[in-house]
Amino acid sequence: MRQAKNIFANIDKISIILYLFLMIFGWINIYASQYNDDTAFAIDLSSRYGKQLFFILIACFIAFLTLIIDWKFYYSLSYIFYISIILLLIGVLFKGSVAGGSNSWFELGAFKFQPSEFAKFTTALALAKYYNNIHFKKISLLDKLKTYAIILLPFLLIILQNDLGTSLVFSAFVLVLYREGLSGNILIFGLIISILFVITLLLKKIVLISILGGLFLLLIIFYHKKKEIIALVSIFIISTLFIFSVNHIFNKVLAPHQKTRINVLLGKEMDPHGAGYNLIQSKIAIGSGGIIGKGFLNGTQTRFDFVPEQSTDFIFCTIGEEWGFIGGLFFIILFIGLLLRILFLAERQRSNFSRIYGYSTATILFLHFLINIGMTIGLLPVIGIPLPFISYGGSSLIGFTILLFIFLNLDSYRLQILR
Amino acid sequence: MIKFKNRYRIVTVIIIIITIIFLCKLFYIQVVNDNYKFSANNNVLRYDVQQAVRGLIYDRDSNLIVANVPAYDLMIIPRELKNKQIDTLKFCRLVGITKEKFIIKYNKAAEYSAYKESVFIKHLSKENASTLGENLYEFSGFYLRKLTMRDYPTNSATHVIGYLGEVNLRKTKEDKYYTKGDLAGVNGVEAAYEYNLRGTKGMKIHLVDVHSRNQGKFQDGKFDTLAIQGNSITTTINIKLQEYGEKLMKNKIGAIVAIEPSSGEILTLVSSPSYNPNLLVGRKRSKNYNIISKDKNKPLFNRAIQGTYPPGSTFKLINGLIALQEGAITEYNQFSCGGDYGYSYAKDKYVGCHAHKTPLNLIEGIEISCNSYFCTLYDKYFNKFDSNIDAYNNWNKHVSSFGVGKYMNNDFLTGAPGKLPKSSYFENLYKGSWNANTIISMSIGQGELLLTPIQMANITAIIANRGFYYTPHIVKKISGQEAIDTFFTQKKYCSIEPKFFDPIIKGMREVANGRNGTAQNAKIHGLEICGKTGTAENPHGEDHSIFVAFYPIDEPKIAIAVYVENGGWGSTWAVPIASLMIDKYINKKITNY
Repeated sequence: MRQAKNIFANIDKISIILYLFLMIFGWINIYASQYNDDTAFAIDLSSRYGKQLFFILIACFIAFLTLIIDWKFYYSLSYIFYISIILLLIGVLFKGSVAGGSNSWFELGAFKFQPSEFAKFTTALALAKYYNNIHFKKISLLDKLKTYAIILLPFLLIILQNDLGTSLVFSAFVLVLYREGLSGNILIFGLIISILFVITLLLKKIVLISILGGLFLLLIIFYHKKKEIIALVSIFIISTLFIFSVNHIFNKVLAPHQKTRINVLLGKEMDPHGAGYNLIQSKIAIGSGGIIGKGFLNGTQTRFDFVPEQSTDFIFCTIGEEWGFIGGLFFIILFIGLLLRILFLAERQRSNFSRIYGYSTATILFLHFLINIGMTIGLLPVIGIPLPFISYGGSSLIGFTILLFIFLNLDSYRLQILR
Repeated sequence: MIKFKNRYRIVTVIIIIITIIFLCKLFYIQVVNDNYKFSANNNVLRYDVQQAVRGLIYDRDSNLIVANVPAYDLMIIPRELKNKQIDTLKFCRLVGITKEKFIIKYNKAAEYSAYKESVFIKHLSKENASTLGENLYEFSGFYLRKLTMRDYPTNSATHVIGYLGEVNLRKTKEDKYYTKGDLAGVNGVEAAYEYNLRGTKGMKIHLVDVHSRNQGKFQDGKFDTLAIQGNSITTTINIKLQEYGEKLMKNKIGAIVAIEPSSGEILTLVSSPSYNPNLLVGRKRSKNYNIISKDKNKPLFNRAIQGTYPPGSTFKLINGLIALQEGAITEYNQFSCGGDYGYSYAKDKYVGCHAHKTPLNLIEGIEISCNSYFCTLYDKYFNKFDSNIDAYNNWNKHVSSFGVGKYMNNDFLTGAPGKLPKSSYFENLYKGSWNANTIISMSIGQGELLLTPIQMANITAIIANRGFYYTPHIVKKISGQEAIDTFFTQKKYCSIEPKFFDPIIKGMREVANGRNGTAQNAKIHGLEICGKTGTAENPHGEDHSIFVAFYPIDEPKIAIAVYVENGGWGSTWAVPIASLMIDKYINKKITNY
């Protein structure tokens, strides 16, 4: 009992408060996004806000359960959780139903269950356990490959479901591995690749290659040692090859709607009724909020259903339109605040397992934030992905709750977990 | 582990940098960039279509025959009824519906939208609307929306004018101008000149707030457009003559078509029985349409242009002309007639005629309408050719040049070509062995021949003009346009030379004015009418009564064809009707009682 008391004392209250705030704020905005003058203020359990309330209550219950279970439970069952979800991910490919273009759901009566939401924390657990007590640079190549495999397996299965958004979230683990010793060059490399990718789509190949050529010629003036020149020339050749392959991938590998979405984002295509429609409506909704917003339940774009998916992927539009920049700023501060808090807590863990898991939690939440909000304000192409704790959806809410509260559990035991 | 402590800082910094970038973009969209704001009041646009007033229709003397009257749609906004008590019974009484109907209509509107307006009852007349309007304040949520409806001050010229009906789905897809619920012309002038008559819809753009309340005009109405009234159509109809003709045809089945030969303008087009055009306007339109369309006498059917009939003895005029043209006869040749056993076309088979002077020449043949004369003429015509097929093909070509067996291609959208068989028809029927006598009924306008009354009137106009015509048309002027289609002002010729019309016309004059004429009851003091009777055999009942005529003999002003189904002899009904019509037109009053 004394232990129990200590543990409850050790649970991070700040995170829990932020979590509750976000969930309630999310619920309010789902209500606003579904509101029209005819609905009474009664709680209608068949509507989205009704169901979301129900999900919130279940999430709270599950949060509580997650907290009081002993941490060893999670540690020992990590691999079993991971395998179970992998099996479900395989299963959903065959027996699942399709919604919104991706084949990711199981239907159980009136409710839908999405295994990929749970794959996030199970992968984090499995990765953390495997990586425990291992220093990155001293491990064998086989170990490194196994590490990647733990991440890649669910990643590929989710891609097979056609759920590009969720699979992109798995790139969060790159940051986790970076913290654990993965070379920083990977991050820089990733950044340069992304920039080059985008520029290739914007400029003509010839122009780009000439610019790069010029740049490298310039660099040769400064680096005229033989080794360095060879290095520069080979980088130039690789860049050129990359540029060509980007074109090839863009034209041959991507599906037409994905190409359109990227083109729309870059301003190369208008498509005001298809992929461009979402983007335009989203920006209009958010943009029309101004500094202080139009007021609760007064958002015209939301009210007249101009924005599609406005209770799920585009929920930020409701926030932007009704609460304005102030509201958006407030929300972002809350959310990033929670992330940074988790990161801070993760860093003070003594065991690798807890720390790795903590970093996974923060970065996974961050990737969702990045993709979802980036999409609604027009910095990223339209990719369907929920905003954690805010978007409507039982699977995602419960999945994120478990993700977070396992970490809060581990954190509350941090004085006892030494490994 | 401690080695990578500073990586914690780097990860944190990455997150913060990206967050700041997002905040900047957010700030840009929401605060800096104005493009995403609509207006200070956060309103949304609503487009209100303004109905265009339809063009008016006049007769040739600028008398108004089709007008517009104001009408009202009763509109409802269901939300505003929700918590209010209204006296439903009183409402239903005022509006004229049952309580059940009220509930059905209310539910339909509420299902469509609670806060958008929808039509509760359409096309209330001005009278109904004004009594209702006085009491409407008691019923919140209802209001009247003004529009215009057709009104027909004369109850005549129904088949000429046509009527309006709701556009179907296909039409709204074909022509984006129309939306569901719009009315467009179904037939007659309303349909033929739909694009001129319909005008152009206008648009008012309102700002509407989040609760759909009107917040005023968008940009002060800069983008609003006014509805433009449709062009008026001046028809060629003489409405007084038309009304008179319809009165004369009351309780009869048939048609009258009167044309001005010098222009092809249709002075009168009567199809009997007809119906009251005001029945197909307004609320009761569908109900009335159902009743009218089920009438056994088919009042909706335009017999004048779509009814195909055997022309009877009136066709002798054409056969006479062809025989003269081909030199098969002259006007002086005399042929005999055996009375009741007038002409033998096969062993022991006769075409009957009636007792009269014999032998007789062409003019007398027309005057007395002798069948034998024309049977003989037909036979003599065929003998002029090397083969029967050549003879028939040549005959077909001549007849065809009078417009028989062809569509008129005028400005009525419907019509019938009638029937004029080709030689291949007879080849197949008689397996190669046939001659004039096999098809002798063609000589007297029976057999397979079928003409429409308008074709008969047109043929009369050709004869009156001595060989040419203008396509009979119904439009004289379209407002806003310089001239009508040149197709209607083009002179068209038949294949008979003008000189051969003289004896035929002489014969026609004797029909009405000679001692033995078959239309002596057409004599009108001072008017020398030229005409030809016809009595078309009808195996199912009484013969049909036909008469074609024109006046005056030189510089004709009117050519007319009258066809009365089951009217007996030509002289029984068709002749008096035609002569009264001519009298009315020429003298503007009746001189003959």
